[in-house]
Amino acid sequence: MHTLEEYEGRTPAWCPGCGNFGIRKAFQQAMVELDLAPHQFTIVSGIGQSGKFPHYVRCNTFNGLHGRSLPVATGLKLANHAMPVFVFCGDGDCYGEGGNHLLNAMRRNINVTLFVHDNQIYGLTKGQASPTSMEGTASKTQPFGALAQPFNPMVLAVAMDCSFVARGFAGDIDHLKELMKEAIKHQGFSLVDILQPCVTFNRVNTYDWYRKRCYPVETAYDPNDRVEAFKKALEFGERIPLGVLYQHQRPIFEEKVPVLREKPLVRQEPLFPRVAGMLNEFY
Amino acid sequence: MDYTVKIGGEAGQGVDTVGTVLSKIFTRAGYFVFSHQDYESRIRGGHNFIQIRLSDRPVTASRDPVDILVALDRQSITDHEKELSDSGMVVYDAAALKEKFERPAFLNLPFTEIAVKQGGSKIMSNTVATGAVLGMLGMDPAIAREVIKDELKQKGEQVVKANLDSIEAGHALAGRECLRCSFTLPAAGQKKMLITGNEAIGLGAVLSGCKFYSGYPMTPSTGTFNFVAGKALECGIVVEQAEDEIAAINMAIGASFGGIRSMTASSGGGFSLMVEGLSLAAMTETPLVIGLAQRPGPATGLPTRTEQGELLFALYAGHGEFPRVIFAPGTAEQAVHLTSKAFDLAEKYQIPAILLTDQYLADTSWSYDSLNLETLHTVDYRLRGDAFRGLRTYKRHALTGNGVSPLGIPGDGQHLIVTDSDEHDEEGHIVEDAETRRRMVDKRLLKKMPLIKAEIEPPTLHGSDRPEVVVVGWGSTYGVMKEAVERLAPRNIAMLHFSEIYPFPNTQKLDYLALLRGAKKTICVEQNAMGKFATLVRSETGYSFGSHILKYDGRPFTVESLSGEIDAHVGRV
Repeated sequence: MHTLEEYEGRTPAWCPGCGNFGIRKAFQQAMVELDLAPHQFTIVSGIGQSGKFPHYVRCNTFNGLHGRSLPVATGLKLANHAMPVFVFCGDGDCYGEGGNHLLNAMRRNINVTLFVHDNQIYGLTKGQASPTSMEGTASKTQPFGALAQPFNPMVLAVAMDCSFVARGFAGDIDHLKELMKEAIKHQGFSLVDILQPCVTFNRVNTYDWYRKRCYPVETAYDPNDRVEAFKKALEFGERIPLGVLYQHQRPIFEEKVPVLREKPLVRQEPLFPRVAGMLNEFY
Repeated sequence: MDYTVKIGGEAGQGVDTVGTVLSKIFTRAGYFVFSHQDYESRIRGGHNFIQIRLSDRPVTASRDPVDILVALDRQSITDHEKELSDSGMVVYDAAALKEKFERPAFLNLPFTEIAVKQGGSKIMSNTVATGAVLGMLGMDPAIAREVIKDELKQKGEQVVKANLDSIEAGHALAGRECLRCSFTLPAAGQKKMLITGNEAIGLGAVLSGCKFYSGYPMTPSTGTFNFVAGKALECGIVVEQAEDEIAAINMAIGASFGGIRSMTASSGGGFSLMVEGLSLAAMTETPLVIGLAQRPGPATGLPTRTEQGELLFALYAGHGEFPRVIFAPGTAEQAVHLTSKAFDLAEKYQIPAILLTDQYLADTSWSYDSLNLETLHTVDYRLRGDAFRGLRTYKRHALTGNGVSPLGIPGDGQHLIVTDSDEHDEEGHIVEDAETRRRMVDKRLLKKMPLIKAEIEPPTLHGSDRPEVVVVGWGSTYGVMKEAVERLAPRNIAMLHFSEIYPFPNTQKLDYLALLRGAKKTICVEQNAMGKFATLVRSETGYSFGSHILKYDGRPFTVESLSGEIDAHVGRV
């Protein structure tokens, strides 16, 4: 059994009160409960305050470029599909810069778990509107307020038949921890959008703002019903549902690659194929 | 014996099929072949050609005079009749072209009518044409029968038989009708292999233990992707067509981080998208091989044609300062070996390695008796299994004497593998302090650079060793430069060819600078408008070339065109 201390990384450089602390705590507890040692999994992250996440959680880490975590995670998973691979990124990172990769990760259904720190604002670059910012959000680079409609990741994910679609809240650590465990156990691509208050730059979507609106999906709610899931995913405003919104178990990508049937690529020998015979086809 | 057969026609008419089958027949019969393609960026219509040179001696470039022109369309005649050699012939089907030519060099053979008569369809007229070429050359059709059987066996007995009959009919008819044909084929040697530049890079990758290839189709790099994908099952390779080139390079980086050799490739447009990823591979010290098959730019440029315009782009691509190697093979054989060396150095020094080719190299076929593959580099530099687990401590970016840190694999043991695109400490965690930054740049860049440079082989010298005239080039122009210089051999001339471009070779093994400085005339040959290589030579060595031959029309040099230009320059010595 592992202890929480084993997952204690570097001291976070996040603002006091940042929603990221709740996400970190939920994740560390989830790791203890799933009995995954720090060296047994890898976190791939992007750029933004979320990108620093793996530095503050002891684990294998690839902290790459803005928006490009999913392709790195896909390559890594194909190299070693026996190892759990998690992606932590932000709303700007994943829904803005890396949008195309999100679409294609959902299409492939690679067995990677994606956690999005969704604070509806750009924190690292100091307060610009993000893809999920509410219309009208004013900033130095949006002098007339954000003019575009906010992006709804849950609706997109259900439309794309993403095999696991969930929303958590950084202010409800126990609920988030359970959601994380469920997402990690799910075989296939999972998206967990985590509402995360930015205490410095987002004065609208505060802990209180979320608490007033968030509610766990009803116990009778059936996430396997895609039409109901679509309705649920559309809810974002006065009421915001938390929990698993949609789940559809479908074949995962790695299982469809013939070369990976026996064992992970990184464990396959010989490393260098025999030369003899390789030239025959050219004659 | 040195003949050139040119097949011209619209896209979709089977120019490529006739060319490929003929090339295969010639090499199987034991002749050396060099063939290059000229095609438009379209699937139907337009005008394409393939030009095959066959000889009993090794050939490394295309020539201008055409001995047999197979005209599948009218434009073949308009464009290429003027290229005929003194004894050259045009073979065509007047019914198909709806025009009859009475000039003596024209041989009208009813390809389509014969094909239909042999129980085939119209499309088999290409097989009749193939047979006709063999008949005109006076070549025994036995080997052609063998090739047809091999190539078509999946299509069933009936198709094979119809094609065999068609090739025989074409052969017999041409032998009978072509009274002016005076071609003679000397006895051939052992059968030869035939390989394109793109295939050679794919072969080099597979033989180097490449286990992951992610790409996005883009002419002219797609051939390498096709080759590696074709080997996926046999050699245990995962290939993935990414959503874009940004994803392609990031996937390859992820796979390499996961512990396997990885590669991606594209042309200039796709490579432009990869550039941030190139910088990421460098910062995280993740080994990576990138193929860059150039075509004329800027932007979409001439998608199916050739240029050497991206040398300095490949050299300077990526933000920040970091080490890299750039290889520009001059032949298919070099492409195999340099791909292997690229994988080796990428992993040994944990750096990105770029294979810089172009459409000419990518699509051209070379013939060889065989390739020596025994000397390929196949060392696994990664720390695996017990070697990794047995370490007391591990730091992914440990500061070492030579700047190279042990390369472990995540999940392989109790040690954590941490890396970051931010500046990081030895463990791989984000830092901002000045001292660590300085030490990391020293490690990542300054300590490695001299070691990498020491791995670089000097340029190849052909011809006189105390030349008055030196012709210099790099990459795909190797073969044509070699033949052009040989043709001018009565003069005191030599050629210097660079294929290991960066780090720029030192002069210890071959003092090419002394050679250049001792010559009366030096000419730098490049397929670009600004003399990119000459710029590199000047910045690396201070040497400036006396003259330049620059070609930027998207078409390759031929032996005659290049030797003519060199001669014109030399005439002024």
